[in-house]
Amino acid sequence: MNPAGTTGPLSAADDGGGAPVRLEGLLKVTGAARYAAEHTPPGTAYAWPVPAGVARGRVVAVDTGRAMAEPGALAVLTHENAPRLKETGDATLLVLQDDRVPHRGWYVALAVARTPEAARAMAGAVVVSYEPEGHDTVLTPDHPGLYVPDKVNAGFPGSRERGDFDAAYAGAAVRVDATYTLTGLHNHPMEPHATTARWEDGRLFAHDSSQGATLVRETLAGLFGMDKRLITVVSEHVGGGFGCKGTPRPQVVLAAMAARHTGLPVKLALPRAQLAAVAGHRPPMFQRVRLGAGGDGVISALAHEVVTQTSTVREFVEQAAVPSRVMYTSPHSRTVHRAVALDVPSPSWMRAPGEASGMYALECAMDELAGAAGLDPVELRIRNDTATEPDSGKPYSSRHLVECLREGARRFGWAARDPRPRSRAEGRLLLGTGVASANYPVYLAPSRAQARAERAADGVRFLVRTDATDIGTGARTVLAQIAAEALGVPLERIGVEIGNTGLPAAPVAGGSAGTASWGWAVHKACRALGGLLAEHGGTVPPEGLATTADTADDVPAESRHVQAAFGAHFAEVAVDADTGEARVRRLLGVYAAGRILNARTARSQFIGGMMMGLGMALLEGSTMDPRFGDFAERDLASYHVPACADVRDVEAHWIAEEDPHLNPVGGKGIGEIGIVGTAAAIANAVHHATGVRVRDLPITPDKLLGTAGGPGRWSGAASGSTAHDLPT
Amino acid sequence: MAAHPAQDGPPPPDSGPPPSPASSSPTSSTVTLEVNGTSHRLTLDHRTTVLDALREHLDLTGTKKGCDHAQCGACTVLADGRRVNSCLLPAVAYDGVEITTVEGLAGGGAPHPLQRAFLDRDGLQCGYCTPGQLCSAVGAIAEAAEGHPSHVTPLSAPPGAPVPLSPDEIRERMSGNLCRCGAYVNIVAAIEDVTR
Repeated sequence: MNPAGTTGPLSAADDGGGAPVRLEGLLKVTGAARYAAEHTPPGTAYAWPVPAGVARGRVVAVDTGRAMAEPGALAVLTHENAPRLKETGDATLLVLQDDRVPHRGWYVALAVARTPEAARAMAGAVVVSYEPEGHDTVLTPDHPGLYVPDKVNAGFPGSRERGDFDAAYAGAAVRVDATYTLTGLHNHPMEPHATTARWEDGRLFAHDSSQGATLVRETLAGLFGMDKRLITVVSEHVGGGFGCKGTPRPQVVLAAMAARHTGLPVKLALPRAQLAAVAGHRPPMFQRVRLGAGGDGVISALAHEVVTQTSTVREFVEQAAVPSRVMYTSPHSRTVHRAVALDVPSPSWMRAPGEASGMYALECAMDELAGAAGLDPVELRIRNDTATEPDSGKPYSSRHLVECLREGARRFGWAARDPRPRSRAEGRLLLGTGVASANYPVYLAPSRAQARAERAADGVRFLVRTDATDIGTGARTVLAQIAAEALGVPLERIGVEIGNTGLPAAPVAGGSAGTASWGWAVHKACRALGGLLAEHGGTVPPEGLATTADTADDVPAESRHVQAAFGAHFAEVAVDADTGEARVRRLLGVYAAGRILNARTARSQFIGGMMMGLGMALLEGSTMDPRFGDFAERDLASYHVPACADVRDVEAHWIAEEDPHLNPVGGKGIGEIGIVGTAAAIANAVHHATGVRVRDLPITPDKLLGTAGGPGRWSGAASGSTAHDLPT
Repeated sequence: MAAHPAQDGPPPPDSGPPPSPASSSPTSSTVTLEVNGTSHRLTLDHRTTVLDALREHLDLTGTKKGCDHAQCGACTVLADGRRVNSCLLPAVAYDGVEITTVEGLAGGGAPHPLQRAFLDRDGLQCGYCTPGQLCSAVGAIAEAAEGHPSHVTPLSAPPGAPVPLSPDEIRERMSGNLCRCGAYVNIVAAIEDVTR
């Protein structure tokens, strides 16, 4: 079952020194790579949106007089004059279509002017009158509007029951019952959502900051009721996404509407402080986890009950309980999601939706179970490993969780750990270590690609073309590597064109599925090209050779196996006993994610995910203001993403995992697993350091000190946390 | 100048030519921006920032707009050698000031050593914060060489003497430049490569 674990030391990552440097790297470090708002056709106008100033109600009047008096003013679009859109299934895109305000920050007008300064001034001068209605924006664990959705994100059932949880839990020798809470979280890629759009002879051209131009084009075609062949969307360089650019966002719709209305190219970059309301967010959540186990720590009963929010605009429910269906042996299981539609911005994808939030709760509960059972947390997880996925009963194509835990423990020096909480200190710093497992399912989507061989002055050059997106993952580079390998030629002979709907259609960069999905099509096209080249005796005719591939018939709808990546995270923290400030000293991740194509860029993705997990654990929090119905922390001064000084020693390694059941690329996807479990590893380390169990992220000093009642009572809390010392 | 150059105000008035009255108005002025060694005579709205002048008027889009509030550092450029957040600077106050952007770091057709090190260490992913990181690193290295202390510089360090750029010093001095992709450890390694 564990081929990698039986042959001595496992291969691991070095610093990637031998792997290719990212192909567009030079363009990025010299400033030559152009992002969506960095195209300025002659006559370009600038747009600035006007967000709703009430949390619920109706727009009764929009006074544009003062705005239109601004020198350079071109237009103010409102629901009364904006182009009409057709429904496409994503109501967050139906902007300026009616007078309804479903949440604060919903766009109610768009100012368009000759200059960015004028557009911004106009937006501030638009006077919107509302008929406000009472709003309900605060998630509570017993909200009367809670319901169980049939399906949650990614199509999983909202509720699942196996066996008899209640009886098994009641009869368990060791029990944990704990509730973990998360605030809303925001993606905040460094490049805000932006579009430059223009119309020419009935055709629409848009440079859009998105994770998938193909989907943006199809959506625009639906919204504007036009043939998609009349639309070109370019997403050549994208300044991060982390899920919030995985679906089309209002800026591309607004820019296209403004360009049509004014007859000019229009550039729209959303202001940072507006993103929280229109770009999606990870929803706040209450998660009650109950674990019942024997004295040996083997789980008999597992319940994971999620309470979360969606909006009134579009249903999105994070699948946070789904990881508990698959992680550990659990003959009696109850996993259920309850959601309430509030007058809040629509939540959506944020890096590892479901896994990141759900595994925070499950992996903290596992730590509590280890404490209750008197077992080492690594050993507890090993004892609960399973060869078959508990939910479906299917075997895994490969599952090397145990190897990741063991390899991580070895590298981290886990064996020397004193399990007692608050057993290590350096002066006023309390030190602790924690562990958590990670998992992320393998997703695959059909894709198309073209491969070309062309004569060039220096021999034959090859070009692969597909509408993939490189949001910083290194996609461009690994697609070139896949092509070079399939064609049997050096990487230097390969050119890559991505990020343009003029290329063969491809799915979004999401679900950690990009490389495998696009790569499969590139591999197939290149293999066909190699065959074609052989038919021509190895000589490229003057007109060149080209092949296209489509994996629609290759990607299996249903597999005999369950496919997923696994990993283990280890963290060491130092908590200041006086101030309650927790800082991460070390983070280590070990992954089993199939074949790793580029050690340099893969390592970056892993550590990048871990950084976001660090932010989730200690820094990132978003407060819903009940009176205004708005997120309080909307900018990067108040919403704290990790900064350079927050991060010290971070390592990512992986084990050699060959899984013949996957796909020709051989990879499981690595973009998201780095965040999964990282927050739990850090939270568990904080508990180990302090003896205080904070079950409410982020773990800020006020929570640590408040729980312990101040520095004078730290020692009182160190006698050991129970499963019931809920934070105040 | 203040110890933390990123918080400097506009430099003192320059002795360059006064704005031409003919092209000035109550809301605009003509200024000369010296960018990467080239003079650009521009008539700019008084509200135009150095960042927007670079991006929208000079088509120098290497300098990025991440937050427009000096909270993320993506817009960092060098003004007379000091790193500044260009999104907060009124362009009309920078008449005659030597501005260096990411496009001006490379010399003689070869990448700047920091640009090379960022590639080697993979100190970037999406690349959007990268120009600001690079300009900030150039500024930070110069500040340390000039003896500017940081929050982590030992109190025992001799005033005014060059500050060795330990990893802690690099992390502290680079914390005004956010990277949501989380490339920090690689960025620190890249800067170490150049300063070691």
